Amino acid sequence: MNEAALYEYVLRMSDDSLILGQRLGEWCGHGPILEEDIAMTNIALDLVGQAISLYDFAVLLEGKDRDHDQLAYLRYENEYKNLLLVEQPNGDFAMTMLRQFFFDAFRLPLFEFLEKSPVEQLAAIAQKSLKETRYHLKHSSEWVIRLGDGTEESHRRAQAAVDHLWRYTHELFYENQHDVELQENGLVPKLSDVQASWMITVQEVLKEATLAIPTNNWKFEGGREGRHSEHMGYILSELQYMQRAYPNMEW
Amino acid sequence: MTRADQERIFNEKIAKEIKIEPNDWMPEEYRQTLIRQISQHAHSEVVGMLPEGNWITRAPNLRRKAVLLAKVQDEAGHGLYLYSATETLGADREKTIDDLHSGKAKYSSIFNYPALTWADIGAIGWLVDGAAIMNQVALCRTSYGPYARAMVKICKEESFHQRQGYESLMKLCKGTPQQKAMAQDALNRFWWPALMMFGPNDAESTHSDQSIAWKIKRFTNDELRQSFVDATVPQAEILGLVIPDENLKWNEERGHYDFSEINWDEFWQVVKGNGPCNKERLAARVKAKEDGLWVREAANAFAKKRSMKKSA
Amino acid sequence: MSNSQWPLWEVFIRSKQGLNHKHVGSLRAPDATLALENARDVYTRRSEGISIWVVESVQIHATDFDQSGSFFEPSDTKIYRHPTFYEVPDGVKHM
Ligand SMILES: [Fe+2]
Ligand SMILES: [Fe+2]
Ligand SMILES: [Fe+2]
Repeated sequence: MNEAALYEYVLRMSDDSLILGQRLGEWCGHGPILEEDIAMTNIALDLVGQAISLYDFAVLLEGKDRDHDQLAYLRYENEYKNLLLVEQPNGDFAMTMLRQFFFDAFRLPLFEFLEKSPVEQLAAIAQKSLKETRYHLKHSSEWVIRLGDGTEESHRRAQAAVDHLWRYTHELFYENQHDVELQENGLVPKLSDVQASWMITVQEVLKEATLAIPTNNWKFEGGREGRHSEHMGYILSELQYMQRAYPNMEW
Repeated sequence: MTRADQERIFNEKIAKEIKIEPNDWMPEEYRQTLIRQISQHAHSEVVGMLPEGNWITRAPNLRRKAVLLAKVQDEAGHGLYLYSATETLGADREKTIDDLHSGKAKYSSIFNYPALTWADIGAIGWLVDGAAIMNQVALCRTSYGPYARAMVKICKEESFHQRQGYESLMKLCKGTPQQKAMAQDALNRFWWPALMMFGPNDAESTHSDQSIAWKIKRFTNDELRQSFVDATVPQAEILGLVIPDENLKWNEERGHYDFSEINWDEFWQVVKGNGPCNKERLAARVKAKEDGLWVREAANAFAKKRSMKKSA
Repeated sequence: MSNSQWPLWEVFIRSKQGLNHKHVGSLRAPDATLALENARDVYTRRSEGISIWVVESVQIHATDFDQSGSFFEPSDTKIYRHPTFYEVPDGVKHM
């Protein structure tokens, strides 16, 4: 099996879940209403749970006898392979929900394909995560529609979020040699298929939300290769604070 | 039915331990006392999210991160169950929250103390949730039905909170000397504020007598505080931590631990807004509400549009 | 109500197959869709439910406390509605 390639593939997914979970965790206690505070924390919990399962699998693939916390907490910034999208600051609630929506609309078809992957562990994780992700997408897309078609102010904020985040969505479909290898061996889905499904969801939801898809298609990428935005260092300094300040201790 | 009849029926129910329910007649003062107490409790749950919430992004491993997220989320749920109970008494949630933000309504002072280290998260679970449970278990039998039911639900969830805190401290106490010192430091800072959570001494407590008569409160502040000390001292011994009170000792005659007098000056200062974090806590809640205003408005506007579309 | 406060909804949960939906509390939501989602997150975090009903609180009509005597007490005297009202000889089985 293509272990190195698969390791990288799984690591990316783990990092996506972890970093987005970390971002959503920042909302806890500060949500726009208690009910939504609880809802966002639920999504964060699902993502952290996914990160744990995915890192556990990555640990096996890496074969270096590290545990999931060592992977999650003790790498250097350029070793994290998450999307630039998920590390973007929470901004206002519209920014958070649109970031979530773009991500969920990608994750859902991805997990749907991966559920059928011959890589058993990956299929099992996908199967469990699929139910969670379907719910996340329901929640985020409903909010995108509510905000887009709500008041003038909410429409303006939602459109601003679309305009800002659009540049990061291209990277959802980033591929390198490893991906091609995995795809050719039928272990993971073709990203073009995932992209087609993503595009349909995005078009439908944004249309219902009366939001426009930006025409500027200038694309940002780098996260998948470990080149992050300036935000990442701050995320990691909080995430890793305890592990770095008190090395080699158990908590 | 005359007012006297209504009052007689109410008093009979209280005497016979029959719960008072939302539609029942109740003395206005009973209603107001409940609204004040339940909303204060609700505010405490919600403000209480802040010191621990600060540590979610810094939790030292993934398991602790998930546990802390789930724990703080539960507190939001508790706030909600309790606001829901106040709404059965005719108190509008938004107005109740405005009273918190204007400083008119209070919340538990413990949350005005800062969470400075990871050990504080353990100490909060063990001591603060522990003290809250002591209060809340007693309130499961409170005379107002919706409040009692909310408390039953909350108590079920709280025991996980206290356990995770204790477990987390246990890990520190069995860890390196640095970790153990961190745990001791957390206990030193949280012990007295935790004892203050039970409120003023019975002699000083303004609302106590009537609340006990109406069976809103089932035990006095001092009774609950004593139970907490009695339960907690042996737990500290198992951790190998020292409770910061040189007068703490078992009193064979009373069958209870004796302990020092609380620093009531500090207690009243913090209640009056001069604790280390009062301003930050309130500011965070006010900001959340203000920042969320356009979100809540948008959702209402959208719902209106859609229901008009439907009926058109 | 300010236009930022969401309406109040009552939440009913079926905890398992074979049981009735039971009232568990309330919450605030702008519409039924979100009311159901909020109910899921607020009231079923520990698998307390398999089905949820939400009803806007203003849609609930309740009996009046003052009339509860005339509403409910008349049935107290109709003891013949209960099986224990009737005497059956000792030997009779399956009844
Ligand atoms: Fe609580
Ligand atoms: Fe509490
Ligand atoms: Fe708690």
